[in-house]
Amino acid sequence: MTFPPSPPLPDPSHAHSLLRSMLLVRRFEEKCAELYTEQKIRGFLHLYIGEEAVATGSIAALERRDSVVATYREHGQALARGVPATTVMAEMFGKQEGCARGRGGSMHLFDAETRFYGGNAIVAGGLPLAVGLALAAHMQGEDRVTACYFGDGAMAEGEFHESMNLAALWNLPVLFCCENNLYAMGTALEVAQAETDLALRATSYGMPAWPVDGMDVLAVEHATRRAVQSVRAGGGPHFLEFRTYRFRPHSMFDPELYRSRDEVAEWKKRDPIVLLANRMREAGILDDAGMDALEAEVAEEVDNSVRFAEEGSWEPVEELTRFVHSDPEVAE
Amino acid sequence: MSDARPEQVSRTSRGEPVTLLEAIAEALWEEMERSTDVILLGEDIGLYGGAFKVTRGFLERFGPSRVIDTPISEAGFTGAAAGAAHLGLRPVVEMQFMDFVSPAYNILTNYIATSRYRGSGPQPLVVRGPVGGGNRAGPFHSQNVEMAFFHTPGLKIVYPSTARDAKGLLKSAIRDDDPVIFEEHKSLYRHPGLREVLPAEDLLVPIGKARTARPGDDLTLVTYGAMVSRSIEVADVLERDDGISVEVLDLRTLAPLDEEAIIASVRRTGKLLVVHEDTRTGGIAGEIAARVCEQAFEWLDGPILRVTGVDAPIPYAGPLEDSILPGRPEIHRVARYLARY
Repeated sequence: MTFPPSPPLPDPSHAHSLLRSMLLVRRFEEKCAELYTEQKIRGFLHLYIGEEAVATGSIAALERRDSVVATYREHGQALARGVPATTVMAEMFGKQEGCARGRGGSMHLFDAETRFYGGNAIVAGGLPLAVGLALAAHMQGEDRVTACYFGDGAMAEGEFHESMNLAALWNLPVLFCCENNLYAMGTALEVAQAETDLALRATSYGMPAWPVDGMDVLAVEHATRRAVQSVRAGGGPHFLEFRTYRFRPHSMFDPELYRSRDEVAEWKKRDPIVLLANRMREAGILDDAGMDALEAEVAEEVDNSVRFAEEGSWEPVEELTRFVHSDPEVAE
Repeated sequence: MSDARPEQVSRTSRGEPVTLLEAIAEALWEEMERSTDVILLGEDIGLYGGAFKVTRGFLERFGPSRVIDTPISEAGFTGAAAGAAHLGLRPVVEMQFMDFVSPAYNILTNYIATSRYRGSGPQPLVVRGPVGGGNRAGPFHSQNVEMAFFHTPGLKIVYPSTARDAKGLLKSAIRDDDPVIFEEHKSLYRHPGLREVLPAEDLLVPIGKARTARPGDDLTLVTYGAMVSRSIEVADVLERDDGISVEVLDLRTLAPLDEEAIIASVRRTGKLLVVHEDTRTGGIAGEIAARVCEQAFEWLDGPILRVTGVDAPIPYAGPLEDSILPGRPEIHRVARYLARY
């Protein structure tokens, strides 16, 4: 696949902010992997490393009033959206200061304040929610866009098709963001999908759809801006297929029997952070000192989030049944 | 949009008796008039007026943005209702037949039921629709779905047996901040015996409270839905012929279960019979029996017995369907046996 030439670099401060956002996701998740081996983080942990350009570039093209719905591999979207790293990390630790009270964990981040309507541990589970968020915004007369992330694997689910149909039928302001990383867990695209041209499939619902180089944050942002502008103007749902790649295993228990080391190495040559940093260096807006400063800043934010999570508290066991229902007496 | 009230929602204002179906239509109408946050989604609920004509005339009054005809996409539009609920709307989703809720089981049990608990905020929505057998509707249009949802914490399950309760409970369900599964028995929709005059003022029946449908001293008969009127008829016969005094307790809400009312009645009568149309295995009778054993064992003067549907799909053939559902003779036989135990 050849993509159109990468867009020009934006102004230096915006370029730095994109680089910082991707770096934060990368360093945050590297720390998560460490904390997982220390058993500070338990359960399932799905890392986004390699795919940072998708969340960073696309969310940079959204407004604060827009909504985001994501998947179980959603740390990138949460951080890019501005959910504080502290409350995300506390959630990973299961502490009640976490963004989902520690009750959800890695796959169930949620933060209404930043209009981040959740990770979702059911593949394609977020798609109908996005339709409803867009429907409500539409009814309430607000020009909000709902960006809905899902993987290539979700496109085999019935809810994907139902949601695409509903959004197109009702001309709703949904931006469908497919993160095609070539594998549904360990099942390759061509083993799971009868038609592997995912953007082509989306066009069957009568909505504009096109593939985007998901390793190039500038291409991601450019495409998303174009799509969001049209969605917001009443152009109905759009579909972007971000071609990307996850550098790490699916989860922490994946021997990666389904792909070769060469393939992984080949993709790593297009590391989205390195790609942007190199372009910034070539343009003379980033040097070693600048990169070091950025790394230090991000490291401090990550360390701070870990400290916050460590110092957080466990929800008292007495609250086990609290919030099962709205009436606490009913829950007991 | 038209201000005219369709026929099925105008009887109470004229002081006329309503059927259970009309009571449901009135509840929806009044709640939609009360708050623009209330929206309806479902298959053929607008132009067509609903498969059972519950929402006939709603589209003309409230418009297509609040009476939303959906494609046949139960998972999709139930999920859309959940998304809309996040933004403060109170969607009421109609399943054309409640059997069709199964494609939405994922979103209901995984997402909607757990949302508040996971810190993702309330899900004030209602999923309502016709249930139950006895109508020659065949295996996929006759089921009761309560026990498919009963063990999922976070959902409320309501199943009215009278027109008054149907209206009052549905209005409460729409105002409730938790997701509610609302079951409407098809046989009760237009049952002439259930027609009653309802109060003209705002009628609310609290969720989670059982109702003593018929007071009695010798035996507690716990039931709900279409089995309530049938059980009362049997109780009247037992009183007349055998002098047996049966207390019929109508659960009205299955989750949360009004344990207090059940335990209080059983402690008084010392006998418990549970009657339900749903299948025997995994039916609510088992749960009720367990709770009574835990909390009222010392008060029991006989075994806890149940009369239930048979553990089989609901068949189309008349004689088979009639024998799969609990009949009056069986309720009579078991209640009489238990009272004399």
